[in-house]
This record gives sequence, C-alpha cells and structure tokens, in this order.
Amino acid sequence: MTIETFTGAKALLQKTELLFEYGSVDKTGIDTVKPEGLADNLGGLKRKAKPNLPALTEPEAMRHYIRLSQRNYAIDLGMFPLGSCTMKHNPRLNEAMARLPGFSDIHPLQPQSTVQGALELIDTLSDWLLKLTGMKAVAMSPKAGAHGELCGMLAIRAALDARGLQARKKVLVPKSAHGTNPATAAQAGFEVVEVAQTADGRVDVEDFKAKITEDTAACMITNPNTCGLFEHQIKEIADLIHAAGGYFYCDGANFNAIVGKVRVADLGVDAMHINLHKTFSTPHGGGGPGSGPTVLSDALAAFAPVPWVVNDGDGFKLLEHKEGEAAQAFGRMVAFHGQMGMYVRALSYMMSHGADGLKQVSEDAVLNANYILASLKDVMTPAFDGYCMHEALFDDKFLEGTGVTTLDFAKAMIDEGFHPMTMYFPLVVHGAMLIEPTETESKHTLDDFIKSMRGLAAAAKSNDKSRFDHAPHLAPSKRLDETQAARKPVLKMAD
Amino acid sequence: MTVKFTQEHEWIKIEGDVASFGITAYAAEQLGDVVYVELPEVGKTIKTGDAVAVVESVKAASDVYAPVSGEVVEANEELSASPEKVSEDAEGEGWFAKIKLSDASELDGLMDVDAYKAFLESL
Repeated sequence: MTIETFTGAKALLQKTELLFEYGSVDKTGIDTVKPEGLADNLGGLKRKAKPNLPALTEPEAMRHYIRLSQRNYAIDLGMFPLGSCTMKHNPRLNEAMARLPGFSDIHPLQPQSTVQGALELIDTLSDWLLKLTGMKAVAMSPKAGAHGELCGMLAIRAALDARGLQARKKVLVPKSAHGTNPATAAQAGFEVVEVAQTADGRVDVEDFKAKITEDTAACMITNPNTCGLFEHQIKEIADLIHAAGGYFYCDGANFNAIVGKVRVADLGVDAMHINLHKTFSTPHGGGGPGSGPTVLSDALAAFAPVPWVVNDGDGFKLLEHKEGEAAQAFGRMVAFHGQMGMYVRALSYMMSHGADGLKQVSEDAVLNANYILASLKDVMTPAFDGYCMHEALFDDKFLEGTGVTTLDFAKAMIDEGFHPMTMYFPLVVHGAMLIEPTETESKHTLDDFIKSMRGLAAAAKSNDKSRFDHAPHLAPSKRLDETQAARKPVLKMAD
Repeated sequence: MTVKFTQEHEWIKIEGDVASFGITAYAAEQLGDVVYVELPEVGKTIKTGDAVAVVESVKAASDVYAPVSGEVVEANEELSASPEKVSEDAEGEGWFAKIKLSDASELDGLMDVDAYKAFLESL
C-alpha cells in the first residue's frame, strides 16, 4: 500500500524545503544586542532594503542540514563502487589524530618555532611518499589531483625552459585519459595530441611513437590506466619520451593498485601526483578537501614549487622563497603550505598500516576487483579479457536489445541501496560501467553487491523493464531530468 | 550539392565554394542528449583537423574538428539557445557553421554516403 502523507514526509525521512522557502525575516537564530552609537563611513551607500537572506531559528537550521544529510549517500552508509574514485573507508583513527590540538589549533602564520611537530609531520609524510615512489622530491602543497597535475606540468615547463626548449608545446595523451589530463595540459599552455588505444585497452605504442615529434614536451599517462589495466609497455613508453627529450607525467589517480608493489621511479616517471584523498584514505566526495602532493624525478626536482620543509639540524624550517636550494623553483601553488589536516590523516593511515600493510592494501584492492569481475563476467560483459587491476570495467553489450541503458542500470542500483558505479567513462568503452570496490569492502558486502548486480542483469535480460524505467523508484527523488537541467538550468531563486 | 563524411563522424554539405558542416546522426545518437554547443568564431581561418567547436552531451564533451580548411563565414547561432537541434536533426537544422573553402581538392579525401555507411558497419 502506498500512502501519500499530508506533509510530504515519509515517516523518518522528513520533507526538506530550501532554506529560502522556509526562512523568514521575522525569525533569527542568534540573539545579540543591537550596537548603538556607531557611525558608518559608507557615505550614503548604506543598504536600504533588507538583504534577501533566509532567517531561521537554530533548530530549523539544524534540522535542515540533518534532513539533507539523511538523503545523502555516503561511504559510512554503504558501498560506493565509483570507479576511478577510490571511495575507501576513512578510518576513525585518522580523525582522532587530526583533532589533536597540536595539529588542529595551529595557524599558518604562527612562528615556526611553535609548530615544530606539525613541520616534522609534513617532513615525515614527504619521506614516506618518496620511499614509496622512489622519487627525488615531493611538492606537498597541491590541494587536489588536478592541482597536482598542474604542478607537475608546470615543473616540466620550467625544466624545458631551463634547457632553452620554450618552443616545445605538444603533450601526448591517450584517448582513455581522465578528462583532467588534457585540461591540465591546456591550462599549463601546452597543446594536446591524442594517442590511440589498442584492442586490449592499452596505449598504442606504435601510434605513440608515430606522434612523437621535435615539438613533443611530455606525455601524460595513467597507470594502471582508466580501463583498470596495467600498462605493461610503460617502460618502453618512458624510454621513447625520454629519448625524444620530453618528460613523463604519470597520473597517480590509480596509485592505490600498486602502492608497495611498484616504485614509480623504476618506470621512468618524471612527475606524478598522489591523491591522499584516494590512496591514503582521507575523506573526499563532499567530505574533503582533497590533497595532491606531487613527486618529482631527479630531472625535475630543482623546479619544485616552494614552500618545502627542511631540517638544518637546528629544527624544521619552511623554505619559502626562490633562493638558495630553491633558486629554480617555478613559483608556488598555494598561499601557505597545503592541507595540513589531510597530511595528518594520511600519515596516520600509513603508520597504522606499516609498509607491509600498505602492500596488502594494493593486493586486496586488486583481489576485490577481480572477485567482482569473476563473479559477474557470465552475466555482464567485461570490456577486456583477462584479469583487471583495482577496478573492473564492463561495457553495455549484455544490455543489447533489452532497451535498458547503462544509465537505467545505474539508476536501478540506487534502488538496491548502492551508489552507482562510474558510467560512460572511460569514453573508449561503449556504455562503460567502471566498478572499483577498494580493499575496505568485506566479502559479505561484495557478495551483497554481486547478488544485486546479477539480479539486475537477469531482470534486464528477461525484458522486465519495470524496475529500470524511471528508476530509482525508492529514492527520495525519482529520476531527475538531467538533460533539461543542463539545457535550462535554474541558477537563481525567484525574487 | 554534394554531401561528404569524415572518419570523425562529421558531415559536410558543399554548395559552390561554401560548405556547411555538423556531426552525423550516428555521432549525435552516440553522444546522447546534446546540452551545449560551442561554435567557431565567424571570420576565423581554420585548417583541416583543427578543433573548431565543442559539443557537450549528458554523457561527455567532445571536440568537433574542421572537416576542411577555409574561413568560417557563418555560425549557427540558434544552437546556443537550442542545442537540442543537434540531437533532433543532426544532419539538417543541427548544422554548426559554414566554411568558405580554401582548397576544394581536400574534399576528394572525404567519404561519400556509401563509404561512410560501410565505415559505420566496420566499427
């Protein structure tokens, strides 16, 4: 029986209005004494009308956000198999460490002598990142993956310029790349040249070779790539770009699959960002902020942006200016030094796992993805043959003739209580469904997920479209009209 | 009037020394609902293979490449307000721009409708 309630609420799931819809100028959440005897210096520009801001009582404001949070899907609520995003559990130990007053109650402009512990933590984390990658230097300050990409590409630009190669502008990027790669290259003043992909989902080395010219500045390659596959010709690719006088930027988004197994320096990488918010378990997807330290090779280390932490035997110091050993720094990426809170969480994660534990993280992430691939490949269609790395990629061949699309399938997963997988990415796979379970899901959860996916695949093939049409049926909101929202967005409250 | 096709799934309709172009119905179908189109600038000189326009759908954003070299003489401004025309009538009202050809011999390298159909079969 379906009941339409008089309030619009569904029992514990309360109706949620916009702040503007139930705010009123007659209410207030704070009670302050009106200041008296103050003159303004606005010279007649003082606002006459009241600002159009919603006023709410404190309980109304609280309820608004709690109600919204009940409609939110979160990693603390269920499995979040969003491929390429590494939505792993954020350990509570990290949170406890980040709330220690010595880390949480400090200010970037405090005298450095009073924040020695924080500087030591940054230095220790840098050391772990350098050991795990085998690289020469790390720029800690970038504040997200794409920001780290920009940092790496600016270091490459600086290195080329220092060699008098200002004219080199071309950056080779495979078709399957994250969209941020070509965007970063363009943002850093380079021109993108697309490289083809082979039938087995990897960089076409012959095409790569053919596209190298004397204008080639660098390549940007993700490994494992966005198809969830290890680029086994990566060393050959690195040698080719180096022989041509260019640099190898590695997109480290998928580092989670190879931590402790592969030292990226051994692959010939010159720069790679590391998403602390993916691989090293700091919160993201609305709970961020992100943090994207970028490791640099011998060839690029001198161009690392300031600031960085040094220990001159007399305590830790931040090297802040382009002088001394930082004379060739290409500049700085941020005003201060980056995401301190994320550094604490990432180091907490590393130290609680230890070196052997981090290696097991990679192994378990790959094992979980292959368990899903093996459990679904008879009812869904894997995009490529063989084992995968940390994510399993399917195409939409198994839906052919059913009238169900990848989008419908993803929406039906919401009714099943799962966040949908990444869909229609990578672009090189038709109707792509990219599933990344991460190592933090138990076999119990994976089996629930597999049961749902097999059930949905069977329903689609039996021509039972009812659960797919207009899905999700059980979510607080039914299928939203994404097309209309993009074509005719409403960005402003009506006056 | 001749219609030709490229491997990048664009059509080009030649009338005298001016050619209009857009994306093929196949490309539009693959993209899904088109929500935004960035058009080339009128007066701009372009050469074959340049990324001259962008088409964005609910699934992806893609570059649209110049099928031939020449000067952009007109852009279909209606697409700015009504990008759905690309989804609804890709090879008609969904045209992107008109180019004054600088080298008509470039057309020889493009596919005719039968060759394009065969190309689609091969994908």
